[in-house]
Amino acid sequence: MLSKQQKILLTKALQLGALLFLAFLFALPLVWMVVTSLKPLDETMTSPPKWIPDRIQVSNYSDAVTYGSKELGYIPFLRYAQNSVLLAILCITGSVISNSLVGYAFGCLDWKGKRWLFALTLATMMVPGPILIVPLYKLFRDFGWIGTFRPLWVPTFFGSAFNIFLLRQFFMAIPKELSEAAVLDGASPFGVFLKVIIPLAKPALTVVAVFTFLWSWNDFLGPLLYLTDQRNFTVSLGLQAFQNQHTGTPWNLLMAASLMVIAPVIVVYFVAQKAFVQGISTTGLK
Amino acid sequence: MRSNRQNVIGLLFASPWILGMAIFLFYPVISSLYFSFTSYSILKPPVWIGLSNYQELMQDEIFLKALSNTLIICAASVPLTTALAICLALLLNTKRKGISLYRTLFYIPSLVPTVALAVLWLWIFNGQYGLLNEGLSKFGIKAVPWLTDPSWAKATLIMISMWGCGNAMVIYLAGLQDVPQSLYEAGELDGASAWQKTKSITLPMISPVIQFNVIMGIIGSLQTFALPFVMFPGGQPARSTYVVAMYLYDNAFLYQRMGYASAMGWVLFLATMILSWVSLRLGDRHVHYGGGA
Repeated sequence: MLSKQQKILLTKALQLGALLFLAFLFALPLVWMVVTSLKPLDETMTSPPKWIPDRIQVSNYSDAVTYGSKELGYIPFLRYAQNSVLLAILCITGSVISNSLVGYAFGCLDWKGKRWLFALTLATMMVPGPILIVPLYKLFRDFGWIGTFRPLWVPTFFGSAFNIFLLRQFFMAIPKELSEAAVLDGASPFGVFLKVIIPLAKPALTVVAVFTFLWSWNDFLGPLLYLTDQRNFTVSLGLQAFQNQHTGTPWNLLMAASLMVIAPVIVVYFVAQKAFVQGISTTGLK
Repeated sequence: MRSNRQNVIGLLFASPWILGMAIFLFYPVISSLYFSFTSYSILKPPVWIGLSNYQELMQDEIFLKALSNTLIICAASVPLTTALAICLALLLNTKRKGISLYRTLFYIPSLVPTVALAVLWLWIFNGQYGLLNEGLSKFGIKAVPWLTDPSWAKATLIMISMWGCGNAMVIYLAGLQDVPQSLYEAGELDGASAWQKTKSITLPMISPVIQFNVIMGIIGSLQTFALPFVMFPGGQPARSTYVVAMYLYDNAFLYQRMGYASAMGWVLFLATMILSWVSLRLGDRHVHYGGGA
């Protein structure tokens, strides 16, 4: 029989073993991706696979950016990155401005119709995406926006239910005395918003900015529907085109390109780690 | 009493969203419902055909196939992902050193953009040079046709969704930290083992979070589009990975059948509602609302 002490020790060892094994499984695909991206093409096809390339070929990264030929059509990856960054900046700007204004209306102001409009806002989170595909396409077509970036960023300037909810919760927790003091000093509602609420809400605004960035950077269906000219593609759409166009795929270049698509997301994660954890936890707590 | 001025100011601050809701949500939802009763290609105005689209859907073998694919993937990936995310959260919910490192490691895969995710797994599952088959051959397992066999292809999609469970894991971790320490101390006094404490204290206490996550998982999984679209163009092999959102996309933009595609969207919505309702009902028997969550 095991003593109680031994049992606890055994449980701990088993837990650590399971944790290490799972960590290994989760890390493996990413490590393999990095390894492949640094190999010359012939070394990607060896059996057994090589974990350490004989020759490390960093030029894969610059080759991926300029991959292609005049006949096949060239994949202007840097151009796609530019497009994605531009879109992300527009979306973050729109989302931070609109959602903080609306969040302020729901969280701090007192007006007729606020309660039921807020209930309606929460209800709209139930509207499923697939239902909107056809009518939104028609709407943007009527506007003459197909083939432009506008369908992808203009809607962010009108707010989104989840971000409004998140900011409202945060704004409501800001002590009323601060706004009241500003009003006594003669501040208008907009002055209170700008000078009291916004400076205090930086953590919550970071969460909104980070989530908007992720959403815009990862979006695939939107660009697929609305971008018609290859020069306007985003990185996700460009990567799909890269993957789709070439049979006999050069896996080393594809991995290098994919890593360049992933890298900005990882960088943002490390810079804004706290905002991430806080934001996701809020999602789960309803 | 609110003054008129206050009402005007409130509406002014809320106006972007009021407009946005009307233009980008209400108008599309209503027109989608209307389109679903019409024959409509984007080039010609819609023609009212009553319930024909819905009747056709019920007899359309490709649609029924796509619906069953979607439901199978959902039925497998939601429970498996949930179980894995809870296991990871439980393992990380200790005062072990390097927890934040593990958390980051498990979380990062869920951040990988879908197209990059598809490309990465196409490479790992590759039948000829893929890492997975190479690894399995070491254990004497013959090459598995991950991407080319109809039943394995679905399994592939399910496994990839499990790799992205980090998002749910972080939510569970937050829930676990809200479980009062005193309950565990009481359990220890009664001589409960680690497993008994997990079963009788931890899981009931986080059950509302589990229920919430399962419902969000169902909603997300029924709408899956990008991953199968990039990995398996046309739902290959043998339409085994053809999901409803892909068929909807093809009808709307390939066959110019926008009315039919709209009807499909509403059937998918109905399926989402039914499944969410069922999991709420099933959950109510087990979900414990005593805690703070």
